[in-house]
Amino acid sequence: MSTERTTHLARNALTTGRSWTARAAPLRRWRGAAVASAALTLAVSAIAAPPLPPQDVRVFDVPLDAGGAIGVKWTVPVDAPAGSIATFVIRRSMTDAERSSNRLDQRKTAYETELARLTAEGVAPESAKTQATMFAQQKVPTPAEGAAQEPGWIDVSEVPASAVAGSDGVALVKGLDPEQSFQFLVVSRGPDGSGAASAPTAQVRGAPGLFMGKRSFLLGWIIFICGAVIAYILLARSGRPMKIRRIAALEAVDEAVGRATEMGRPVLFIPGIQDMDNVQTIAGITVLARVAKTVAEYDATIEVPTARSLAMQAAREAVQASYMQAGRSESFNPDAISYITDEQFGFVAYVGGRMVREKPAACFYMGCFYAESLILAETGNSIGAIQIAGTAESSQLPFFVAACDYTLIGEEFFAASAYLSGEPDQIGSIKGQDIGKALAIAVVIVASVCLAVAAVVEASGSGIAIGIAAESVVAFLRMALTS
Amino acid sequence: MKRLIPLWIAAIAGFTVIASNFIPPAMGMSDLVTEMFSVLAAVAYVLGAASIAKVHLSKLSARRPGWGYSIVTLFCFTATLVVGLLKVAVPPGPRSPDLAFSGSYSEPGGALWWIYEYAISPITATLFALLAFYVASAAFRAFRAKNLEAALLLGTAFIILLGRTAAGGYLTGWFPEEISGLRLENFSIYIMQVFNTAGNRAIIIGIALGVAATSLRILLGIDRSYLGSGD
Repeated sequence: MSTERTTHLARNALTTGRSWTARAAPLRRWRGAAVASAALTLAVSAIAAPPLPPQDVRVFDVPLDAGGAIGVKWTVPVDAPAGSIATFVIRRSMTDAERSSNRLDQRKTAYETELARLTAEGVAPESAKTQATMFAQQKVPTPAEGAAQEPGWIDVSEVPASAVAGSDGVALVKGLDPEQSFQFLVVSRGPDGSGAASAPTAQVRGAPGLFMGKRSFLLGWIIFICGAVIAYILLARSGRPMKIRRIAALEAVDEAVGRATEMGRPVLFIPGIQDMDNVQTIAGITVLARVAKTVAEYDATIEVPTARSLAMQAAREAVQASYMQAGRSESFNPDAISYITDEQFGFVAYVGGRMVREKPAACFYMGCFYAESLILAETGNSIGAIQIAGTAESSQLPFFVAACDYTLIGEEFFAASAYLSGEPDQIGSIKGQDIGKALAIAVVIVASVCLAVAAVVEASGSGIAIGIAAESVVAFLRMALTS
Repeated sequence: MKRLIPLWIAAIAGFTVIASNFIPPAMGMSDLVTEMFSVLAAVAYVLGAASIAKVHLSKLSARRPGWGYSIVTLFCFTATLVVGLLKVAVPPGPRSPDLAFSGSYSEPGGALWWIYEYAISPITATLFALLAFYVASAAFRAFRAKNLEAALLLGTAFIILLGRTAAGGYLTGWFPEEISGLRLENFSIYIMQVFNTAGNRAIIIGIALGVAATSLRILLGIDRSYLGSGD
């Protein structure tokens, strides 16, 4: 029996859905071979057929974003043979900068290839370089100013054909510059790599929305935590007593300043090495204001070397106000608050040297510190100063804990100013933080329990519904915390 | 008024930066605020330079102890400033000779680059290297087993130190596969990934909440001490 005959019978059977064996009993023994042959023939014809291009490609702006995302939709070609399209590739036009960069890359490749060829031919190096440069410029010329340029395309997304439900495919293209216009096209790519591109769309540009929808959860967290802080401030204002735990490091401020006064030595205060755009520096200067007031009241002296000139100015204002409040404005010495250098280790060299020479009796390190934290604290320890540190740099906390007498860890540092002021408003704001902490604890507990339940369900194989619910809760929390 | 205007500026700038995270049209405003800060910080450098000059000149004129160092400081300060401003020995830039002085002030080969490369950088590296000795002295003091907590700290540090050196492998590498988790190199990883990470995250959550509350106090004008109001 010829192959054509077998294939014909096989196709007939496949299309009609009826068995051809009853009508062609003598051919029964050939049935298996015929079906296999038919399937192979169909597959080969599908593979051999070039994919048809996607139709009706259109774009839409993604709402509630910063304008950096555009959606692309297309219609799967109706007449496309099954299996002829493996993936849909979404391409966008290049920007001018990308085209220019691409041109330079092409020119560099052309130059290097030509240079290698000329060198292999034995052309002298200088001459080879000149010729290769001219060759590359001719091969990849710079377009004349104002001349229309080929758009050039970049693959930005790929959607497997199996992932396209129904007749329409859709893909989101993110990370676009909202200031630039782009064209898009979609390429149907066959299993063998052959492709057919749709017509490009018109130039489009992402429009920024009025609200970043994907940050809704973050906004919710902020509103909740800030709301709690404000609520507690209002409660404190209304006269409700607020009790916060004793912070040993802050209780020791008076003791440290008193010791310096008795010993007739200065108090050294370092508000970190960062500028006023760092909240730790601001927190450090608010603590400085309280410490300076105590210093003024005790008639001691304070020195504040700074690593940023703006921080120096802010520190001067704060210390001057504290001296005025204490009724000792005449004792205020602006030169005691000085700018040293922005250079990290230059600052360390100055402060370390000064500590060794003048031996301050009390050292305060309140702000943002990096590698210099241990050098400063160990130097202070070696001269026998009482040391109180506070920072939010978690990597530096162990060094301060090891070398200082008292350390304000993380949130304690930010609570210091409010704690020292003793004002109900400010104490209330510290209490408000506790609500945020309670929320964080609740989230950690719920997520841990759900993960444990999901793991148990997976191991035991029973209670699938509970496991799915637990995993859904975890997925929701992950989305809510990372959006 | 002296404190009210800065308070308003701080509040407007702060709320603008917060809003720019959620309202795309306000994103440009956030950049503007950041640029304004950079300009302000640049202007403040003049005050910083004036502070250096005043402190050291007064020390020099009063012949206070260490006045010799002030001469060195003022000389280095002036020399670096002049060398940087005049772009001394800076190689010609790509737009030379059409545009004179177009080379970057920090261009390799220039005098300022030379100062940084052969004076500041080695001194900085030397000071940074001192950290190793400070770590040793701090560790010696911190790891004394004075009580239960300190003993736990010492034990944990011992495991981590051994686990991160070849000694850990030599000492416990023979442990059978069933208890390989107790090998020092694996145990130290476990301590860092579980106990250390858990503690660190708790601190970071506290810091984040502290930052939020502090920012709110400042933006709402509840804490004005950084402005010099004192209350």
